[in-house]
Amino acid sequence: MSEQPGASPVIEIDHLTKYYGTRKIVSDISLKIPRGTIYGFLGRNGMGKTTTIRIFLGFEDPTRGTARVFGLDSRSFPPEARARIGYLPEGHHVYGWMTVKECGQFQASYFPAWNQDIFETVLTHFRLTSKMKAGHLSRGQRAGLCLALTLAPEPELLVLDDPALGLDPVARRSLLQSMLYVTRKADRTIFFSSHLLSDVERVADRIAVLDDGVLQADCTVETFRRQIRHFVLKFDNTPPAAPNFPGLLESFRTDRELALTVVNVTPEIENRLEALAPVSIEPVDLTLEDAFISYVGERGEKTFFMNGKEAK
Amino acid sequence: MSLVFSLSPASDIPIYRQIIQHIRRAVVQGQLDLGEQLPAVRVLAEALVVNPNTVARAYQELIRDGLLESRSGIGVFVAEKMRQVFSEDERGRRMAHAVEQLLYEALLLDFSLPEVRTYLENQWRTLQTQLTNRRKK
Repeated sequence: MSEQPGASPVIEIDHLTKYYGTRKIVSDISLKIPRGTIYGFLGRNGMGKTTTIRIFLGFEDPTRGTARVFGLDSRSFPPEARARIGYLPEGHHVYGWMTVKECGQFQASYFPAWNQDIFETVLTHFRLTSKMKAGHLSRGQRAGLCLALTLAPEPELLVLDDPALGLDPVARRSLLQSMLYVTRKADRTIFFSSHLLSDVERVADRIAVLDDGVLQADCTVETFRRQIRHFVLKFDNTPPAAPNFPGLLESFRTDRELALTVVNVTPEIENRLEALAPVSIEPVDLTLEDAFISYVGERGEKTFFMNGKEAK
Repeated sequence: MSLVFSLSPASDIPIYRQIIQHIRRAVVQGQLDLGEQLPAVRVLAEALVVNPNTVARAYQELIRDGLLESRSGIGVFVAEKMRQVFSEDERGRRMAHAVEQLLYEALLLDFSLPEVRTYLENQWRTLQTQLTNRRKK
């Protein structure tokens, strides 16, 4: 891939595989995150997202393959490289006995590039004051505090593991605003996992979809939506059984209709639908959420990968 | 500049297309004047809380369609003259599609063709008056 000549990717995952004992958690993932992008990392719970993040951040070693951040191997990450990464782990952990202000001072002592203005701006955004006890904050406030602590060192790379978990709609909006604010500077990169697809659609340049430890898509949100199509075929009498072809995600049959959800539609597939001789074929638009559910929902064979080499 | 609108988050219409629809409507209804400057990509993106590339994409499509024009180094404006950039066929196709939607609705609500016609003519006049009033200001 040569998306941006000259610019090396911020994160480069190459044939990464991870086992816990005999259980394969991550299976041969390759992924490149270019500088300046907001990348959404999607997948159902327990599909290997957090493990992948922990490996490229150097908290765990890969079983096979490599992960590089800023061109440096994750297995031997120097502290200077870590200081350029802001990591917000899942669950928004804080030291409950500290005040908001003390949390800031504690964190600042580790980062030479601490920006107190950013810290305070984010706090204000989430309506936090410096005297509040971290242990008494609501979930949304705690997320705000963690976000402030993560953003204040002005990291080049921001890694957020399910940052929106448990947030109310207002706090979620503040989170998105903060993310967009960070990327005002063109060299800032955000990699975040989320289950809130409408949020992902708002802010992400691209998405990567992980299912059962396997990377199933790496493309823009728009491509993802466009590649997953839903057709309603109408018939005068009982519809035939759904034809079997690669890329068929779901089929649903009623008296007079056959509804099919298909990924990577080719003219060949369209011909096969025509060949069923329906009265009409109606394409139906899917929301990102519908598309996602069809894509990673229960289905048999997972033999297709949605590729991001879309035409501009 | 009053380009205020909200996006429907879980819509089956992609965000960039929602933005396109809003801008088109704003121009037709005169909320945006001919020749008026649009907010910078980043400004609109922050107001809507969406990725700037999404706004940029909507602007690009509208520029391609001739509704907006880009003046290099200054910004994006509503075109002074509506250029017709579509071929005759494409114009017809788009119109037919819009009419089809209207007629489905009319049939479901049980309106007759003359009734539909009356609605069309009244709405057409209202829009025209709104437009001329705005343009005079």
